[in-house]
Amino acid sequence: MIRDITIGQYYPARSVIHRLDPRVKIICTLLFLISLFIQRSILGYLIATIFLGMVIYTSRVPLKYILKGLKPIIMLLLVTVLFTLFLTREGEELFHFWIFNITDKGLNISAYTAIRLIYLIMGSSIMTFTTTPNALTDGIERVLHPLNRVKVPVHEVAMMMSIALRFIPILLEETDKIMKAQIARGADLESGNMIQRVKAMIPVLVPLFVSAFRRANDLALAMEARCYRGGEGRTKMKPLVYRAKDYLAYAVIVLYMMLIFFVGRFVPFHIWIF
Amino acid sequence: MSIKLEHLNYVYSPGTAYEKQALKDINLEIPQGEFVGIIGHTGSGKSTLIQHFNGLLKASGGALYYNGENIYGDGYNMKQLRSQVGLVFQYPEHQLFEVDVLSDVCFGPKNQGLSSEECEKRAREALELVGFPEKYYRQSPFELSGGQKRRAAIAGVLAMRPSVLVLDEPTAGLDPKGRDDILNQVEHLHKNTNMTVILVSHSMEDIARYVDRIIVMNQGEKMFDGKPKKVFSHYRDLEKVGLAAPRVTYIMHALKARGMNVRTDATTVEEAAKEIIRSFHD
Repeated sequence: MIRDITIGQYYPARSVIHRLDPRVKIICTLLFLISLFIQRSILGYLIATIFLGMVIYTSRVPLKYILKGLKPIIMLLLVTVLFTLFLTREGEELFHFWIFNITDKGLNISAYTAIRLIYLIMGSSIMTFTTTPNALTDGIERVLHPLNRVKVPVHEVAMMMSIALRFIPILLEETDKIMKAQIARGADLESGNMIQRVKAMIPVLVPLFVSAFRRANDLALAMEARCYRGGEGRTKMKPLVYRAKDYLAYAVIVLYMMLIFFVGRFVPFHIWIF
Repeated sequence: MSIKLEHLNYVYSPGTAYEKQALKDINLEIPQGEFVGIIGHTGSGKSTLIQHFNGLLKASGGALYYNGENIYGDGYNMKQLRSQVGLVFQYPEHQLFEVDVLSDVCFGPKNQGLSSEECEKRAREALELVGFPEKYYRQSPFELSGGQKRRAAIAGVLAMRPSVLVLDEPTAGLDPKGRDDILNQVEHLHKNTNMTVILVSHSMEDIARYVDRIIVMNQGEKMFDGKPKKVFSHYRDLEKVGLAAPRVTYIMHALKARGMNVRTDATTVEEAAKEIIRSFHD
């Protein structure tokens, strides 16, 4: 049941994307996200769609799996889209009902917002699906390394992130187990109104928090027992090294960004979706 | 009154990279009042199997009959099934959540829709059954020792008065005394109330001592199913799948190999002692 939440989980498969240097994946993901926000033409989104489609295809992560990751944001998506749709006052009015009015501009902006949000989640989940949490932290640490000069504790931040990521599947599994145990004792977690359902979650949440604290305590103890003292003077067993395919990936993303820029600048007329 | 499985199959995460057939064509019948042991290597499908008994997992194929009724049939009352088949998970103390032990044990009966007096009556009864000391009834379950927490959690399931009790490694992580106490109380319950008990365990000694029948699971399949003596006579096959017979069985085999005239099917220390004494008398 709860294991269906896939966002932020690694999906093991053998693909070029999986083997890329984590730094490449982080930077490319960031650039892809930027590319979603610097343009608003149907052609640009078409290019972004093709690019995303190609990456997903190469990564060998089933599309179904990536789409499942969208489930948790459906509510957010709906609220955002409806608000922009009904509350945008500018533009030509297309439809009017009571206090709601839909304008052509509102329609377009909400469509863009939806696409951006969906691609944002899909783009970043491709990164987490194809990169193990360890590799991801390694990458983040190296990418953010320059910030050390301005006294940002980069290693500690990276460590915190990797621990948080590592704990997602563990806590999900734990939640699943506790839910089952309480259902076995006759707990009804699914029916009833909002308040009843929130109350019904108490038997799951209390043990979950207790277990999270217990695990945090154990982990801290284990780290201290191995003399962990932060990033200072720490070396890597497997330092990150760029290889040919990584440079190729950079070339592809640069090409993609140039294309997006070009479309944004030089395709003269605003081609809106509607 | 029985549990009957017909061609039961279960596949984890179908359609993903994690897809795994956890149960393959399981057929078995457990009559009311039997004490059954389930053994198997880690990942052999034991825990998956027992979660089918009260409908927590729905089989990908096949059928499960409880008292002759298919639990996957339309309109089957799952809640009713769950109060009949009590399932105690591994480390059940991780499910405790109430402010005191008594209220925690009341959680099950309360979900069955009983009055609060009846809940408390059943909770007290269940706590007594597992030998939980009365002076701790009003204490927070988080302040108890490991063994006491375990008892309180098992009582939480017993308070629902199930006719079938399924225990998933109820003694994991307990000291020898705590282990014997809990298993003796389970046996006592089984004898006095004709409750079906299904015990999952890694300890061959525990299994040999308490159960009437052993089901051996291996890679999602039922490998052996029979009386302990018969199952443990296949100890070479058991070793191949990461299991073993009780220690005394090996001792008996060794004695026989050294020329002593003993039967090799003893599975408990008491039986072995008797058999050795008998052979000296001959």
